[in-house]
Amino acid sequence: MAVLGWGVAFLLFFPILWMFLVSFKTESEAILPGLFFTPTTQSYAQVLDRADYLNFALNSVVISVGGTVLALAFAIPAAYVMSFHPGKRTRGTLLWMLSTKMLPPVGVLVPIYLIFRQLNLLDSRTGMIIIYALMNLPIIVWMLFTFFKEVPKEILEAGRMDGAGTADEVRHILLPLTLPGIASTGLLSLILCWNEAFWSLNLTTSTAAPLTAFIASFSSPQGLFFAKLSAASTMAVAPILIFGWLSQKQLVQGLTFGAVK
Amino acid sequence: MVRGSGSRAASVRRRVTTMLALAAAAWCGPASAEPTTITVATVNNGDMIIMQSLTRQFEQAHPDVRIRWVILEENVLRQRVTTDIATRAGQFDVVTVGNYEVPIWAKQGWLRPFDDLPAEYDVGDLIGTVREGLSVDGKLYGLPFYAESAMTYYRKDLFEKAGLTMPEQPTYAQVRDFAGKITDRRARTFGICLRGKPGWGENMAYLTTLVHTFGGQWFGKDWKPEIESAPWKSAIAYYTDILKKDGPPGATSNGFNENLVLFAGGRCGMWIDSTVAAGLLYDPSQSTVSDRTAFAAMPVGDYTGGPTWLWSWNLAIPATSQKRDAAKTFVQWATGKDYVRLVAKEKGWVSAPPGTRRSTYASEEYRKAAPFSGFVLKAIETANPNGQTREPRPPGASGAQFVAIPEFQGIGTAVGQTLAATVTGRNTIEEALAIAQNATAQTMRQAGYPK
Amino acid sequence: MDSTTATASTAPAKSLRRREFNGLPLIAPSVGVLLLWMIVPLVMTLWFSFLRYNLLDPTVSGFAGLDNYRYLVADANFWVSILNTLLLIGSVLVVTVVGGVLLAVLFDQDFPGRNIARLFAVAPFFVMPTVAALIWKNLILHPIYGIFGSFAVLLGVEPIDFFGQYPLLSVILIVSWEWTPFAFLILLTAIQSLDREQLEAARMDGAGAFAQFFYIVLPHLSRAISVVVMIETIFLLTIFAEIFVTTAGGPGNATTNLAFLIYARALLQFDVGGASAGGVVAIILANIVAAFLVRSIARRLEI
Repeated sequence: MAVLGWGVAFLLFFPILWMFLVSFKTESEAILPGLFFTPTTQSYAQVLDRADYLNFALNSVVISVGGTVLALAFAIPAAYVMSFHPGKRTRGTLLWMLSTKMLPPVGVLVPIYLIFRQLNLLDSRTGMIIIYALMNLPIIVWMLFTFFKEVPKEILEAGRMDGAGTADEVRHILLPLTLPGIASTGLLSLILCWNEAFWSLNLTTSTAAPLTAFIASFSSPQGLFFAKLSAASTMAVAPILIFGWLSQKQLVQGLTFGAVK
Repeated sequence: MVRGSGSRAASVRRRVTTMLALAAAAWCGPASAEPTTITVATVNNGDMIIMQSLTRQFEQAHPDVRIRWVILEENVLRQRVTTDIATRAGQFDVVTVGNYEVPIWAKQGWLRPFDDLPAEYDVGDLIGTVREGLSVDGKLYGLPFYAESAMTYYRKDLFEKAGLTMPEQPTYAQVRDFAGKITDRRARTFGICLRGKPGWGENMAYLTTLVHTFGGQWFGKDWKPEIESAPWKSAIAYYTDILKKDGPPGATSNGFNENLVLFAGGRCGMWIDSTVAAGLLYDPSQSTVSDRTAFAAMPVGDYTGGPTWLWSWNLAIPATSQKRDAAKTFVQWATGKDYVRLVAKEKGWVSAPPGTRRSTYASEEYRKAAPFSGFVLKAIETANPNGQTREPRPPGASGAQFVAIPEFQGIGTAVGQTLAATVTGRNTIEEALAIAQNATAQTMRQAGYPK
Repeated sequence: MDSTTATASTAPAKSLRRREFNGLPLIAPSVGVLLLWMIVPLVMTLWFSFLRYNLLDPTVSGFAGLDNYRYLVADANFWVSILNTLLLIGSVLVVTVVGGVLLAVLFDQDFPGRNIARLFAVAPFFVMPTVAALIWKNLILHPIYGIFGSFAVLLGVEPIDFFGQYPLLSVILIVSWEWTPFAFLILLTAIQSLDREQLEAARMDGAGAFAQFFYIVLPHLSRAISVVVMIETIFLLTIFAEIFVTTAGGPGNATTNLAFLIYARALLQFDVGGASAGGVVAIILANIVAAFLVRSIARRLEI
């Protein structure tokens, strides 16, 4: 069982591992499959010399976190209403929200670009935060909805009898109870924002450009580039991968709460 | 933000200076020394990376201008810049555009002309064919950063081993024969590498020149597509046949960059492609075959003297830029004579940006470092982009390895996809050409041709 | 909302609730911004889809009527792209759900280093789609430099040109690699909540491993599978980066899905009118999928 488990894990992880290894090769070694080589960090040095990695990474962090927080702020009240005070149109609204997520973004690029130009949001972190919040709002509302539904109504009603207003009810009873669920929703949203590569490439130029734009400047240049590409990719993936690994427990814990249970 | 200076200290220092300048401005009213920051969008090709790495030299010489780089791969850059310019959003102060775009965009009024270039810029030094390609009504709308034609690269050692000699001007029949003799699948060397990656600037750039020399062309009079004609059939048959028999596996994924890696890694016996590859193939730090590479002219079919290949990457200033003077300063610096010398000094003459200035080719040192230089100059000067194809071209048609109409990038990419499918054997040549003909006719009708 | 819960809770709730609860102020912001986000671009898209509007050529202008739609439907690639979209979704769903269930069962067993192995197994989900596609294209599947190519040479066979010969399959492979860990993570969570005594009882009754799996484990997972299918479908409908990086929709139209077709119109031909017509069709398709698939799953999820 151990062999099988580790074997499968190795297979799934192999492409990432290989990328990591290649990033320490020289360019001429990188086009050969050899496993034995003297590791060098020259590709990392070249990548760092060409691009201000920290600035890209900072933008990624700011807009992913900002987008997630903004989306949660909008989604929590909505999900609360949907799960505790559902109306005739709740189901329809939820499904409609989810269907907005199914439209290919490129279909509305030109309208959005024109709107952003008008509002002066092009190449701004604010603009990207807004886009990311809207992009993930449907999924977040839906996930929160499933978590909130698990909370017995009686608990909230007991609170109400004690004279708690709606805001107190949400803040002091609902949120603490569903915190693991909210956390895992937020984590998922963060991952999705970090990896989003259409809006971030098309709506930013430099001040707000995140790591996906950083990758686009290394993806197919002239000459040998596998090692540099691997180094840049490793640097773009590492933060979210490490973050994902660290928070995996929370992610899983939260999920056991809601829809999956 | 991609910053060129590389050194963090410099950027911190710069930030401090900016802050001091701002503080000064706050205290003493409007400050005149506040530097202008311009946003420059460019492609991640080798020559542009060199330009980026010389930012510090530029900023030292021009302390009133700061550069913010946006470096993207070609396809992403093109869609980014086009969307921005066409919607007049004004995100960029300098853009890197091809000689395909410059005249089209200039006619739309999207670019500012360079009509007051100083004498020391020496416009007359720019190579004629390149300069003409960037001019509309006698005004320059882009300044060339580097330019290219095409030629045949081959491996001396493999030709010697097979007992072959490459003529100075090979024919496609000879190339066919050579490729068959050189291919050695066991050794993983393939007789010929050609562009197969779909795209108007990838496989269709090569195929357009191939069709021209086989006696065909894209459009006949009244802009009727002629893709189902006999020359197209024989050209595509030649291309798919030679790639299947003597090309590397996965040819439809190979564009210029991929083939460059293949040839530099010793996988190709011959390669017909852009002349800029020469500088990279002869550079031992980038090529494992730098001492075994030789070159010849681009092969010809049964029609000669028509348009061959002319491409230039140029720097232009969008009409929407608010920082025109700073942008102009930068563009003139990056395309000037001194820039060529600066690159030669910092990176060696073989890395000097090719194809734009006569003075580069007049330099003794360049000719020594780049044995191919005279050859490249001749190829560029005789590219004949406005020349005649065997049958007359439609009125106003120009362009060597492309057709200079706005619709071409869409058409070229769609046709390129269809033809890539014949290389992988998904459809026959007849089917593919029929699909391409119909789709192109449709697009042209939609666009309202003949105009 | 289903009426059973509503009636069950009305009786005690009525005495408590003095006034009818007004949820509008709470739900309005979300619905409002989403409406704006949807309606404004949607109206613009709809409007553009009736125009002759090419970014590259301002001389092409005026009202086009239904022309953009006619051109779209007449385009052979259009129908292929819808088929490809569905094929891609269907195959990836099957691969990831089956793979996810098997992985979940495997990692539900105890073995040394299980938690560490699990970290490695879920890693692909955190990788950017662009990076994933670049790694697979250049380092893994490339017939000359890739691992697979090297193996083929080692075995003395001709390397496979994956993106030329099996383009759609290769894209499915990459996308499945990204999403299997997601399915695995959710299904593992679900399987761990399974009542062990039930399994024990089944074993006592003489049920074999397969019977246990099919009669106890799988039904228990059905809800989690629905979640996976729903979330993945939403993302797979608009899959783009993997295709853009690896095959650019080809060769021919072999990997052109609807998202890529619209991209080609919008950003290769800069035909905003045509792309908008494609966008409108994508919206319709999304709503059909939402109506069919999501609705049937949504019922199971008790929405």
